[in-house]
Order: sequence, then C-alpha cells, then structure tokens
Amino acid sequence: MTIKLIRDHGQHYRPRMACLKKVEALVIEMQDPKSGVKSFEQKRNATSIPHVIAGQDITAWITSHMTVDAQEAQALGTMLVAYGFIYPLQDPKTLILRPDGSLYRCQTPYFWPAQKWKAQDTDYAIYLAKRNIRKKGILDQYEQERYRKLHKWLNHKWDFIVNQAKEQTRAGKARMKSDRVVFSYQERAYWIVHRPPPQTHSAMDYGVDRLIDPNAEENYTDWSKVKSTVSLGALVKHTMTYQSHDPFLTPCLPSNPWQTDDDTYWALNMPDVDLPTKMTVERWSYGFYELLRDPRGRADFRLFLKKEFSGENLAFWEAAEELKWGAASAISEKAETIFKTFLAPGAPCWINIDGRTMGLTVKGLQHPHRHVLDAAQNHIFMLMKKDTFYRYLKSPVYKDIQKKAISPAPHNFTDAQLEQNARNRKPGLYPSVTWQRQQKEKVRTTTLIDIKKLMANKLDRQ
Amino acid sequence: MCDHTFVAITFGPCDSCTLNKPLMNIYLQNEPVNYCSLCVEMMACQGLTQGENLASLKAESEGLKLRLEEERAKLHDVELHQAAEKVEPLGQLVTKARRSLKGHGNKVLCTDWCRDKRRLVSSSQVTEHAVTMPCTWVMACAYAPSGCAIACGGLDNKCSVYPLSLDKNENLSAKKKSVAMHTNYLSACSFTNSDMQILTSSGDGTCALWDVESGQLLQSFHGHSADVLSLDLAPSETGNTFVSGGCDKKANVWDMRSGQNIQSFETHESDINSVKYYPSGDAFATGSDDATCRLYDLRADREVAIYSKESIIFGASSVDFSISGRLLFAGYNDYTINVWDVLKGTRVSILFGHENRVSTVRVSPDGTAFCSGSWDHTLRVRTGRYLSLSDTHTHTHTHTHSLT
Repeated sequence: MTIKLIRDHGQHYRPRMACLKKVEALVIEMQDPKSGVKSFEQKRNATSIPHVIAGQDITAWITSHMTVDAQEAQALGTMLVAYGFIYPLQDPKTLILRPDGSLYRCQTPYFWPAQKWKAQDTDYAIYLAKRNIRKKGILDQYEQERYRKLHKWLNHKWDFIVNQAKEQTRAGKARMKSDRVVFSYQERAYWIVHRPPPQTHSAMDYGVDRLIDPNAEENYTDWSKVKSTVSLGALVKHTMTYQSHDPFLTPCLPSNPWQTDDDTYWALNMPDVDLPTKMTVERWSYGFYELLRDPRGRADFRLFLKKEFSGENLAFWEAAEELKWGAASAISEKAETIFKTFLAPGAPCWINIDGRTMGLTVKGLQHPHRHVLDAAQNHIFMLMKKDTFYRYLKSPVYKDIQKKAISPAPHNFTDAQLEQNARNRKPGLYPSVTWQRQQKEKVRTTTLIDIKKLMANKLDRQ
Repeated sequence: MCDHTFVAITFGPCDSCTLNKPLMNIYLQNEPVNYCSLCVEMMACQGLTQGENLASLKAESEGLKLRLEEERAKLHDVELHQAAEKVEPLGQLVTKARRSLKGHGNKVLCTDWCRDKRRLVSSSQVTEHAVTMPCTWVMACAYAPSGCAIACGGLDNKCSVYPLSLDKNENLSAKKKSVAMHTNYLSACSFTNSDMQILTSSGDGTCALWDVESGQLLQSFHGHSADVLSLDLAPSETGNTFVSGGCDKKANVWDMRSGQNIQSFETHESDINSVKYYPSGDAFATGSDDATCRLYDLRADREVAIYSKESIIFGASSVDFSISGRLLFAGYNDYTINVWDVLKGTRVSILFGHENRVSTVRVSPDGTAFCSGSWDHTLRVRTGRYLSLSDTHTHTHTHTHSLT
C-alpha cells in the first residue's frame, strides 16, 4: 500500500493551477516558426539575442488567433507575462505586456511554472549566491535582505548552496557569451515571477494549499428525471418572466440608487411600506412563494385571510417555519405552544388537516424535533398554494392594491442634481433597528389574531 | 537425505492479469495458482473470486455506467440554447463602477450582502472589515438574515458569529461566539433562513449544519472526496436542500434534513471554486479552475450548458446570477469579470479594472448592482444595463469598459 503524506510538498497537483497546461499549449503555438509570432534578432551590448518578439506583434497574434478584441488580447498577454511564459527584456521587473515595440522573449520550458512543484528556497538561495559571487553589490536592496534571511534559516545547507553556486558559475563560463547572456535573462525572469519584488504580487500566488489529494470516486444514484424540454422550458420561462424585474435588463423605476444616489427606489420597497409599487404587486402574482417571501406581500395576503376568517393557515405555516429554523433550545417550548394554538381539539386557531397527518403530527409532538411539523406544514402550504392563492388573486383585496400601487415616474436628474445627491448620501437605517421594528409588528399582529379568535369562540359557545 | 525440493514458479505470467511479473504461489479454493502481488492484494481485500479480477469488475461497472448514461441521454431532447431560440439576444452593456472600497489592507477573499440591499461584509487575508481575527486567512463570511450579526471563519477551522451593534467603537471581538468546529480550514459559510443556524463547508471534505445558540452540530454531510470549496442554499419554497462544490470536481446536492447526498454532478475537469443556485432553485451554476462555468439542471439531472471561450484560460473563482437569471457574472483569476448570457450560452461582456485575481462576485439582493472583491485589496460595486438591440445603434459607448 502506498503511504500518503498529509502535506505533499512535491505537490501532486497544485490548486488553481490547472490553467498552466492550457497556457503551455498556447505558448508552444506562439513559437511555431510558420504560424507563430514573428521573431527577430536584437543586438544588445555587442551580443546578438535571437528570437526576440515585439509586444504589438504578440497582441496582434492573440487577436487574430483567438478572435478577441485588442483590449482582451492585451489582458491575456499580460497574464502570460505575469506567469512567466514570456518575459520583457526592457524593464524586466514590470510584468505587463505593452502593445508597442517593447521587446519580449519566450521563456525556455525549463523555467516554465511547473504544475508539479513550487520554486524552492534552496534554488533561490543558489541563484542569489551565484549573482553575489559574480559581482558583489549587484543584488538589489530587497534581494540582499532575502539573502540574509535565507542564510539564516538555510544555514545548515549553506556550504552546499555556495558549492552549487560556484559549480554553476564555472559550468556557465564554458558556454558561449550569447548563450550565457540569454540564460541570465531567463533565470532572472523566472525569479522575478516566483519571488516578486516588494509591492508587486506574483501571479503564481494561489492562496491556501489543498488538504486532500483529489481522488476519483464514482457514485451513481438514481433520481427521477424529467425531459429537457420540460425543465429547460421552465428555466427559459422563469427568466423571461423576471426579465422586466432585473435592473440589469430593465431600468428600475424611479432610478437605480447606485446610479443616481437617490434612495427612493429602496424607500418604495421597504418591507413595511404602505403602498407598494406596481412592479412589486405584479411580482406577487408570479407564484405563491413569491408572495410569501415579500413581507409586504405576506401582509396583504394576511389581510385577505382575515377577511375570509382563515388566518390560522398562514399563522400555522409561519409558526412551523420558526420552529424549523429556530434555536435548538427553543424547540420543545415552541412545539407546545403550536400544539395548544393550532392542533389541540378546541384550539383557538385550529387548522383543518386530514386525520392521518394530524395523527402523525400529534404523535411526533410527544418527542418534538425540528422537522416534526414538516408533513402538516407541507399540507397547509399546498392548500394555500393551490386554492387560497388563486382566490386571493381574484379578490377585491388584491385588485384594490393593484389599483392603489404606485407607478413611479423615472427620474431625470441633471448633472448638478446628481452631484447634489452624491453629497447628500446617507447610510440607510441600521438593519438591527428595522429588525426590531419588524419583530414588534409581528408580535402585535399575532396577538391580535388570537384575541379575535378567542372572542369568536366565546361568542359561539354562548 | 535431502529435503524434497519443489518447483515453484517465481516469475512469469500472472494467472489473473496475465502480465509478466514476480509471482506469489497461493491456494485458491484448494487449487495452487500463481498471482502477482497486486492481484493477491486486490483479491484479498476485495473478495474477488477466481476468474474475476480488478479489470473485469471495472469493465462491468463501466458497462453499467454506459447504460445509465444512455437512459439519461434519451430524456435529453433539446439543448438550452434551442429552448431559448425565441428569446431576444442581449445588446451592448453600458456599465459603470459606482463605488470603489479600499478599506482593506490586504487581499479581499469573500463578501456577502445584507438583506437591506446596501450593506456588505467582506473578509480578507489578515483582518475582517471591522474585527481582527486571530488567523491569517478569513475565507468565508456571511451576513445574518436579520442584519444583526455576521459569521466568518477560515484557517482557524472555526466559524464564529459576531453580533453587530450600533456603537461603532464597540469591540466586536468581545462578543464573539464560536459556533462551528471543523478539523480543517473553513471554506464557506451561510446562514439558513434565520439567524439561528449556520451551514459550513470545510477543507476536511465535509459540510455541516450548526445551531448558533448552543454550537451543537445538527447534521453533517459526507460524500466529497476532497476539500469542499463552496456552498449555496436553495431558494425554493421547501428550502431544504443545498449544493456544494469541491476539489474532487463534483457538485453535490444534499438534503439538509437527512444528510443524504441526493444528486451528484461530475463533468468539470478541475476543482469547482464556486456554486450558485439559479433564482428559481431548479438549476445551479458552477465556476471552476478549468476556466469554464457550467449550468446544471436539477430536474433533468444533467449539465445543460457550458460557458467557455478559447481565450479564457484562467480559472473562474466566483459566480452569481442576476435577479432574472438571464445573466451570470463570473470573476476569474486573470483579473477580469466575464458576463454570460445564461440562455444563449454566449459571453456578453468582459469587465476589466481589477489589478489582481477577482476572488468574489456577488449580486445585491434586489439585483440593482453587483460587487466584486479582489486580491488587489479593493471591492468594486458596479451597475449596468443591457440595451436591447434596437437601442444599441444610438449609443456610442464601446463594447467593454475599463473601470476605475
């Protein structure tokens, strides 16, 4: 059996670096002598550097090869430079692609950011030592600091490091001058990417390591499926229905607060607003859950139910929601209150559910848990959704609110007014303040129902 | 007298896998056979009978898989863009950055909107927006539905809840409450429909549901074989499911009540960084390191769209839908944000402006704006509007905007 290390430093597969394989393929295409980027020789300090490419040629090639526009091509090119697949000859520390005559070279595959391992500190120390040996004082300030730090914590390997540096320098001397110069550019470019100068970031930075080495484990479960025409049709329908409510597709009225700094839109959509907008009221008719989800819609629905004397269904559903999502410690207490209010025979807000569900629920309430009311809640929800909701949409209550709903006119601010708005920007009410207000309102409405029911019961009995 | 010596074959073709290997002489059902060490191991551990070997079992399972796929394929009678043929295509985007928030001193890792549609909480590499946490990476943060508390966590393996107060100078760390405890880093957290429960996902490969008040573990979800990076709760009326995406390339749908893995989708080629439900709850989108975003339909139980382009090479770190579900905003590791037309499958815009990876993209609860957080220490809030094709010719804006 293989032994797996928890922390595999020769990491099998680095997180968020799956892009490297694709970039490699792209860069190989770029270097194709026939269809790749045009390259030329550049004379520099009495040596001639081969295969130099210009920034504008790179952008042009990407634009034509990948059918994108110039801005995107430049962004992609900058990423290639940032990852170290292409390096600049002038201004090597700024890793961007300039779409002009600036000179670049493709990095040799030896120095490509490899999928499998991170650039090691030991190698960095050898590189700095090499440069230090060659010419004292050539290292930048930040490099000197790092060199000192490495010397401290790699002290036990220091002889090895210095040795390697000397050997590599000696081996280098055996090469031709132009090769040496090119190699020094390549190596420098590699380390600028993997050990970036201060105040710059390395594109190789990927964040936190993965804990677990991903393994393929297959698990096939059978689930009821529908035809694509049905499910995709539903998705398309949903999108088209809500298109007019999407501020990115249809301007929101009167104006988008982020654009004009005018809060009217948010004020008109507050949960406790008196008169909602026509858009909101229209949205309530899209589906029962849409109506319930909007606090103002739910309030309107509650009003309708009050007129029908069937408020207990909604009250039960809300109480069940509170039980399901509430604190674990409050479960038994809430369950008892719910039983007394909704389920016990002769309860003030007795809900009408079929005998079987009632039996199961009451039995479950002896040992209450979070999901004990699920069956009853679903039954009531379906009842409201299939019957009450449609009656609501045809009711005078709904028609009334439709008529009264506001249709705000679009704002038309002048530039001066926009500036004024920006100056008068205020933070909204603290959410905790609105929350407390809502809680108070909730307590008020629920006690109201109870009292009314109690009175009605009393009268009946008399 | 010498001992009898037996002829034992120690190298040659294995009786089970027929490869030439060093052999072990064993007895199977009283018959001497020669198996290579790998086959012996397989047989001993997996109870294969003679004649069966790992290869044959694998072939059998492949066959079953193919048949299942065939059945699923029969139900797939239309592609998403075909179903959306009659939908008018989107025109140009006119967009503008409205706010650029520079309060963080370090990489922004995660953001969440408050339900009041105008407040944000964000977390970063060293400190969270108003609270200093004793760990370096705060990778997850969430606003409570009431707006009265926030939850965050990261490399400290915990999720902590901080109640917010009106007093700006109050030390929030004093009231901190540790809720979730995982055995490894916390990658994402979210409140359920109330302030009282939190759903978390972790690098240890599990998700868990916690009771805030007592810190009790209510349910745990096992099924991923690698780090879980992201989760999202279903917006649907039953509200009992959530989807999670992980480094094992799988997106799993879970039932919160039973802890069961109801559905699983594995079509990505690399880690899934982000999952998000479509507004109706019948589908969800994922963003992955393989540079694609994909849409999965829950009712048809399959992937229905891939959002990718040859020029997009770097992974998507975060995705979110607009209110109608027509637009998918995706932030990428190449510092850009691409906006996709969900129905047609095409890219409608590319947004520049960030100077480092875009780590998080969230649309505000009422859809009026979206916020992008990046490793360049900034958060940018942007609005935009897509003109219909008939309006397009009257506008002179260029196709993309570089935003400051």
